[in-house]
Amino acid sequence: MLLIECPWCGKRDETEFSYGHEAHIARPEDPAKLSDDEWADYLFMRKNPKGLHLERWAHSAGCRRWFNMARNTHTNQVMGVYKMGELPPKMDSGS
Amino acid sequence: MKRYSVFSLLRNALGYHRDWQQAWRSPDPKPEYDVIIVGGGGHGLATAHYLAKEHGITNVAVLEKGWLGGGNTGRNTTIIRSNYLWDQSAGLYEKSLQLFEGLTQDINYNIMFSQRGVLNLVHTIGEVRDAKRRVYANKLNGIDSEYVGPEELLKICPILNLDPNNRYPVLGSTWQPRGGSARHDAVAWGLARSADSRGVDIIQNCEVTGFDIENGHITGVQTTRGAIKSKKVGVVVAGHCTVMSDMAGFRMPIESHPLQAMVSEPVKPIIDTVVMSGHVHVYVSQSDKGGLVIGAGIDAHNGYSQRGSLPIVEEQLAAAVELFPIFSRMRILRTWAGIVDTAPDASPIISKTPVNGLYFNCGWGTGGFKATPGSGWVFAHTIARDEPHALNAAFSLDRFSTGDLIDEHGAAGVAH
Repeated sequence: MLLIECPWCGKRDETEFSYGHEAHIARPEDPAKLSDDEWADYLFMRKNPKGLHLERWAHSAGCRRWFNMARNTHTNQVMGVYKMGELPPKMDSGS
Repeated sequence: MKRYSVFSLLRNALGYHRDWQQAWRSPDPKPEYDVIIVGGGGHGLATAHYLAKEHGITNVAVLEKGWLGGGNTGRNTTIIRSNYLWDQSAGLYEKSLQLFEGLTQDINYNIMFSQRGVLNLVHTIGEVRDAKRRVYANKLNGIDSEYVGPEELLKICPILNLDPNNRYPVLGSTWQPRGGSARHDAVAWGLARSADSRGVDIIQNCEVTGFDIENGHITGVQTTRGAIKSKKVGVVVAGHCTVMSDMAGFRMPIESHPLQAMVSEPVKPIIDTVVMSGHVHVYVSQSDKGGLVIGAGIDAHNGYSQRGSLPIVEEQLAAAVELFPIFSRMRILRTWAGIVDTAPDASPIISKTPVNGLYFNCGWGTGGFKATPGSGWVFAHTIARDEPHALNAAFSLDRFSTGDLIDEHGAAGVAH
């Protein structure tokens, strides 16, 4: 089980959180101008790396706030936690 | 290749079983092949088998980074069924089920295929309606499928707990009598033996580390055992498919998750069918050794660790004990996980790619084992002819641009 440090509540068990998938996917600025391929890229294509992954989590059974987390998907090591709207902190890949 | 038969068994018994021929060779890779298959699981070996048998292409290598069938082929709960909702899925999975019915004879290897029937339980009014809709769609597609109420359900599986006071009471079930299970290792080994006997090189401990691409055409692969040339490469690597597509330079709509399963201590025969519930997220069958094979759900987060979270196991066992109170004092022997490649519409991608000569077969998510021969059948056709088979044309990568998705979350769900 992951031990996740909520930026507001501190360290809690994984079971208190919900997963929000890949972070930093920007909404298209002008949706009407997007081609079908660009829509597919925005809606469906995902990074899914084996290693460092930037992802969104919500503390559903706690403060109910969203935040970002950097985690190694191979080792499950949590590399860092940062708030929505912030850029990821500098880190190595944790592999 | 010497055939397996009752006579070969007798002959070898007289020789104290010292003279069995090896099931497949372990050759060094040649510098060039007509086709390279990346991934030596069931789907990759089935592809090689049908390339050789149906298309006459025998100068083929299957590259496996670990050992044969050591990934999801050896980690799944071996459930086989074809009761999917949409016509495209019904065609593909039913083809696979039909191939399973003749596979033991086809590859001269006993895959212990057991058509013991598959139940998919429903627990809410909404699910009852969905299940009936799926049954009717199955019937229109010629698939054996029925809806059964509680009385009939108890005849099929007497140990089910149908108490209406359950937290999630069982209201009914779909029933596919031709569904069942098979021995997953035997499927991998039998297909490997058959492909090898037709000239396919099966190369284990050989990890692909890069693709050679010139002017948009594939020319070969880089591996831990050196460069190997080929003008056609088929990638069938389940959870690692985006690791491969990153190397090839295009994106895939896939996320990888750990999916867990577990097996109990062996007991006398207690359940002679396969029982699944997408609602409480558990599925149970009994292996020939007597262990209850119990499948769980995926971890919500992306992961490549081949081990899942313990709370998932707890949830699964709670659901199993509610459905089968008789299991409450059994002990679990082992739990494990495999990395599944989930697609946004819970349907596979069996497709050409932006790179000419490079083909991908992935996105089987939580339920690829049942499709092993069918997947190999259509993928071999796609590679040999450079165009999809009628059964997999709809499962192309560009459906995510056209919007022509095949939403099988209802039939796939937890259900495998």
